[in-house]
Amino acid sequence: MQSVWPRLEPLLPLVSKPIQYVGGELGAVVKDWDSASVRWALMYPDAYEVGLPNQGVQILYEVLNERPGVLAERTYAVWPDLERLMREHGVPQFTVEAHRPVGAFDLFGVSFATELGYTNLLTALDLAGIPLSAADRDDRHPIVIAGGHAAFNPEPIAGFVDAAVLGDGEEAVLEITGIVAAWKAAGCPGGRDEVLLRLARTESVYVPRFYDVEYLPDGRIQRVVPNRADVPFRVRKRTTMDLDAWPYPKKPLVPLAETVHERYAVEIFRGCTRGCRFCQAGMITRPVRERSITTVGEMVRDGLKFSGFTEVGLLSLSSADHSEIGDICSGLAERYEGTNVSLSLPSTRVDAFNITLAEELSRNGRRTGLTFAPEGGSERIRRVINKMVSEEDLIRTVVTAYTNGWRQVKLYFMCGLPTETDDDVVQIARLAHEVIRAGRAATGTRDIRCTVSIGGFVPKPHTPFQWAAQASPETVDRRLGLLKQAINADRSLGRAIGYRYHDGEPSLVEGLLSRGDRRVGAVIRRVWELGGRFDGWSEHFSFARWTQACADVGVDLDWYTTRERGQAEVLPWDHLDSGLDKDWLWQDWQDSLSEYEQDDCRWTPCFDCGVCPGMDTEIQIGPTGRKLLPLTPVGH
Amino acid sequence: MARNQPPANQAPVVQRIRLRYAKRGPLRFTSHRDFARTFERAVQRAGVPIAYSQGFTPHPKVSYASAAPTGVASEAEYLEIGLRARVDPAEVGRRLDAALSPGLDVLDAVEAGPGSLADRIDASRWRIELPGVVPDELRHAVVAFEAAAEVPVQRLTKQGWRTFDARGPVVLIRVEEPPSEVSDVPCAILDLVIRQVTPSVRPDDVLSGLRVVVGLEPPVPPRATRLAQGTLTPQGEITDPLLADRTGAVTGVPPG
Repeated sequence: MQSVWPRLEPLLPLVSKPIQYVGGELGAVVKDWDSASVRWALMYPDAYEVGLPNQGVQILYEVLNERPGVLAERTYAVWPDLERLMREHGVPQFTVEAHRPVGAFDLFGVSFATELGYTNLLTALDLAGIPLSAADRDDRHPIVIAGGHAAFNPEPIAGFVDAAVLGDGEEAVLEITGIVAAWKAAGCPGGRDEVLLRLARTESVYVPRFYDVEYLPDGRIQRVVPNRADVPFRVRKRTTMDLDAWPYPKKPLVPLAETVHERYAVEIFRGCTRGCRFCQAGMITRPVRERSITTVGEMVRDGLKFSGFTEVGLLSLSSADHSEIGDICSGLAERYEGTNVSLSLPSTRVDAFNITLAEELSRNGRRTGLTFAPEGGSERIRRVINKMVSEEDLIRTVVTAYTNGWRQVKLYFMCGLPTETDDDVVQIARLAHEVIRAGRAATGTRDIRCTVSIGGFVPKPHTPFQWAAQASPETVDRRLGLLKQAINADRSLGRAIGYRYHDGEPSLVEGLLSRGDRRVGAVIRRVWELGGRFDGWSEHFSFARWTQACADVGVDLDWYTTRERGQAEVLPWDHLDSGLDKDWLWQDWQDSLSEYEQDDCRWTPCFDCGVCPGMDTEIQIGPTGRKLLPLTPVGH
Repeated sequence: MARNQPPANQAPVVQRIRLRYAKRGPLRFTSHRDFARTFERAVQRAGVPIAYSQGFTPHPKVSYASAAPTGVASEAEYLEIGLRARVDPAEVGRRLDAALSPGLDVLDAVEAGPGSLADRIDASRWRIELPGVVPDELRHAVVAFEAAAEVPVQRLTKQGWRTFDARGPVVLIRVEEPPSEVSDVPCAILDLVIRQVTPSVRPDDVLSGLRVVVGLEPPVPPRATRLAQGTLTPQGEITDPLLADRTGAVTGVPPG
C-alpha cells in the first residue's frame, strides 16, 4: 500500500504544528502491509494532542499489533488548515505511522469518549473517501466500528457506522479480528453483509442496519426490532475480567509533539460502584475490577523504563477506593524517593484519606494539585445525586489540605442537576466562603485559595438520570451568574476564590447527541455540511450552527433534551445491554427524587443493579495482602 | 509542617558534555520545544546521570545553542548537558543516539572544555533545495540579491509583523551545480552562509528576500538543511565549535 507521505510532506510547512502528522513516536509500530491478514486503522476523533494519550486507543493498538498477521495504525482528526490543503491536493485521511490511506484498511475503529467528536468522524470518513452513509458502502470500504463510552448509545451515528462495540475492547477487537480474518481467508463470501452478520451473531457487536426503529405518532419510539433472523434482540456489552492478565499499555506511545498528558498512566482499577447517579462511566463499567498492587508496581517500573516519562498517573474512576491504595502509594513513593519521578492520583474523593495519599505521593517535594468533587452545593442535592459527603466533612477535608501545606485546592461542581433550585447552586458560594474562612483560621494566613469549577449537567443513557429533563442553557447560565455574584458578595473571601464555568449551550448539544435517536444523525450531517468541526473546542463550537441544523432537518432540540421521559417510554438504547436492569435504574431514579441514598456494593450487600448476574461477571477486589518490594532503588 | 520549602539539594554538576546532533527527514518538523521534551525523556531512558537544577521543580541541566526553525532539517545542532557523575562522552553519545527516534541522531559527543558553546557559534551554512525552480532562474535572483545593499523582508513573529534586512548578514549566497543525473522536475540548490544576528535571519527570510528582489516564487515549499554552525573564519569557512573541546581533551587540559 502506497504511502501518501510524498504528497503530504509539501503541505506540512504550511500548517500549524506539523509534527503531529509525522508519527515517529516511541512505541509506534510499523508492520509490513502485505504480510498482514487483517488491518485496523484506529482513530481518536480529536486533535492529535488530545487523542494520542488516550488509553483506550493505546491499549487496543498494542493488543492488536502484538498478534502476528494483524496490523494496526492510528489516525487523528486533522485541523482545518490541513483539511483544506488535503482537499485541495487530493490527499486522503492517513495514518500517522506509515501514512497509509485510511480507506485501504479492513477495519476503521473509532473511539468516542465524547459525543462531540461525531462531526470529526464525518470529516475523517469524507477525507478517507469512505461514503458517509453506511448504506452506500461496498466491499472496497473498511468496516467502520464505533467504541468508547459514547458507543453505549450509538443511535445518532447509526447511519454512519457499520457497527458499534459496547464496553471493554481488549477481547472484542481480537474476536472481531478473528471473524474478519476467517471471512477474508474464505474469499469474502457474501460480501459486506455477510461479515457484518457474522459480527452481529456474536451478540456483542451491534450492527445498526439489522435493526429497524418504529416510531409512535407523537415521535417517541414504539420499538426497535431485528429485521433479520438470528441477530439478537439485545446486544451485550463486553467486560474484561482479570486486569492482571491485560497489563496494557506495556509500551506506551511517547510522542514528539506536545500532548495534553505527558505521563505514564496505569489504570489501577476499572469500574465504580459509588453509585453517583449522574455518572455514566460509573454505571456502564461495572463491576469493579482491581489490578493487583504487584501488577501496578510492575507496570509502573516497566512503563517508566520504556518511556522515559517522569510522571506517573494512577488512574481510575475513584483511585482512592482501590483496596490497597495506601500500600500502592507508599510503595511507589518509597521506590522513587530521591528521583525526579512524580506520582499523581486524580483525587476527587472528599475525605482526609485522600490527603494522606497525596502527602505520600509528594515525598519528592513535587506537589500536584488537590481536587475534590462534591458536585453539588447543598446537602440536599448531594443526596439527589448520591454523592455522599456532608458539609462538615467537606470543610474539614479542605482545611486539612491547607494545614498540610496545600495553598490551593480545586472544587468541582455541576449545575442543572435534577430537582436543582437556584438556592442549591448559590449554596456553592457559601461553601466556598466557609472553606476559605475556616482555612484562614486554621492556617493563620490569608495565602490560601480555592477554585470553584462548574459545568452544566448532561443526562446520559444507562444512568438513573436517563429519564431526567436537562436544564435549559438559560437556566444554567442564570444560575452560574447568580453563583458568581454570590461568590463576590463578600469581597475579602471572594478574592481568594477562583471561578471557572462552562456555558450551558455546548451542554445542550451534548445532551442532544447523548440521548438522541437515529433521527439526530441528520442534524450531525447537516452541522458538518455547515462547517462543524472540533465541537469539543469552544473556539470551534457554534451553537447557532446546531440550532440551524436542527431547524433545517426538522429536529426539535428541546424535545430531545429538556423533556422528561416517562417510565414506559422506549429509550433509543434499550436494545443495548449495559447489564443494568432498567427497573433498578428506574427505582434509583425514584430514590433520587425522594433524596434516598444508595450505598456501595463493595462494602454492603448487593442491591441488584443487575450487572453481575446479567453479564456473568463479579466484583474483583483485594486486598491481596502483598506489598511493593523496595526493588532495586532507581536513580542516584 | 515545613512544606513550603524546596526539596533536598540536587547533586552538583561534575561533568559537562557537548553534543552535536542532526534533525533529519520527517523529524525535521520537530519544533525546538518538542525536541527538548523528547531529549529529556531519551536521557531518562538511556540512564544518563543528568544533573538537575535546584528548587521546587528541578529541571534537567540541558542548554541549547540556537535551534534550527521547525521544518528545517539540520546536520549541526548543538547542546550541552550537565552530569552528576562522570561518564565516557562517546558512550553517552551512543546511548542517547540509541534512545532517540531515528531521524534525531547524535553525531558527536565531547567533554566540554573552558569557554561557552555560544561564544563559538556566530554563523551557519545552509543548503536549500527548491523543487520546481530552474537553476538559471535562481541564479538570476541571487545576482539581484547580492547586488542590493539592503533587502527588507517581513516575518510574522509573536510580536506581530517585523521588517528587517535579509541581505546584510548573508556572507555567501550561490547556486550549486545541479546533480548530474537527469530528473523530470528541476531542482535548484542554494548554498548559503548567514551570520548570526539579532533579529536572526533564517533561510526562509533569504527566500523572502529573493521574492522581494525578483519575485521568485517556488511552486512548492523549499527544503532547507543546516549543514554547519560555528565560528566564521576570515576565509568564509565555518569552524566546528567542538574542535576546541576535542583539542583541549587531547592536550590534557582539565575541563571547566
